[in-house]
Amino acid sequence: MKIRLNNTDEAFDEEDLTIAELLLLKKFTFKMLIIKINGNLVKQENYASAAIHEGDDVMVLHLISGG
Amino acid sequence: MKFEEIKLLLGNKTVGIAGCGGLGSNCAVALARVGVGKLIICDFDIIVESNLNRQFYFYNQIGLKKAPTLKANIHKINPKIDVIAYNIKLDSSSIVALFRDCDVIVEAFDRADMKQMILETVLVEMPNTLIVSGIGMAGWGNSNTIRMSQYGKLFICGDGVSEVSEEEPPLSPRVGIVANMQANTVLEILLKDKK
Repeated sequence: MKIRLNNTDEAFDEEDLTIAELLLLKKFTFKMLIIKINGNLVKQENYASAAIHEGDDVMVLHLISGG
Repeated sequence: MKFEEIKLLLGNKTVGIAGCGGLGSNCAVALARVGVGKLIICDFDIIVESNLNRQFYFYNQIGLKKAPTLKANIHKINPKIDVIAYNIKLDSSSIVALFRDCDVIVEAFDRADMKQMILETVLVEMPNTLIVSGIGMAGWGNSNTIRMSQYGKLFICGDGVSEVSEEEPPLSPRVGIVANMQANTVLEILLKDKK
């Protein structure tokens, strides 16, 4: 499957993935994230169920302190 | 476009600034200098000496509340700007209430959990609102890692990776780059298609 991840094209062997699986594959272990699929916010409690499909536009934003 | 024309266009715009620390104080000053008509600035904190390594306050203002003091400092630069200062700790409902009529919101918090709170609030409850966030600015050097990325109505300024710590404090130069990049992004949004 090919998706857009953080404004970059990415290809995965899997046909589809949940957000939790994507985070594992990409080694995104950070706790505080903002995740959107096609512009819609995915809450943390839905990471295990939210599915990513071919052509989806996914944003995984790491929130870090400083300002 | 001439500066007089730019000022005319910006004069009837409103920008909300969530946080008056390193990002918010410097971003607000940049927007005031170019003539954004109305700024809504919010912070619950008071000025301490360690803030002066990056925030737009003065030594004799230590101990004062940030939001009203920033308003006073902005008015020393440009008294024509309408500045609404709230001494408040923002939460989901006050963000919606206070920033409802803003053309753009600037996220200028320091703590990651507060950044998460405002971004989730705006994405879910104010889906048509543009927000410019500052993420990743600790330490010094590496100027070229600081950039702007757009995800729909969310604009991220910063390097995205450098978190503040004891060994990598937030310092004026890099925080100032991100704060001014946020202000520059706000201008880009407000003056879109006006070149």
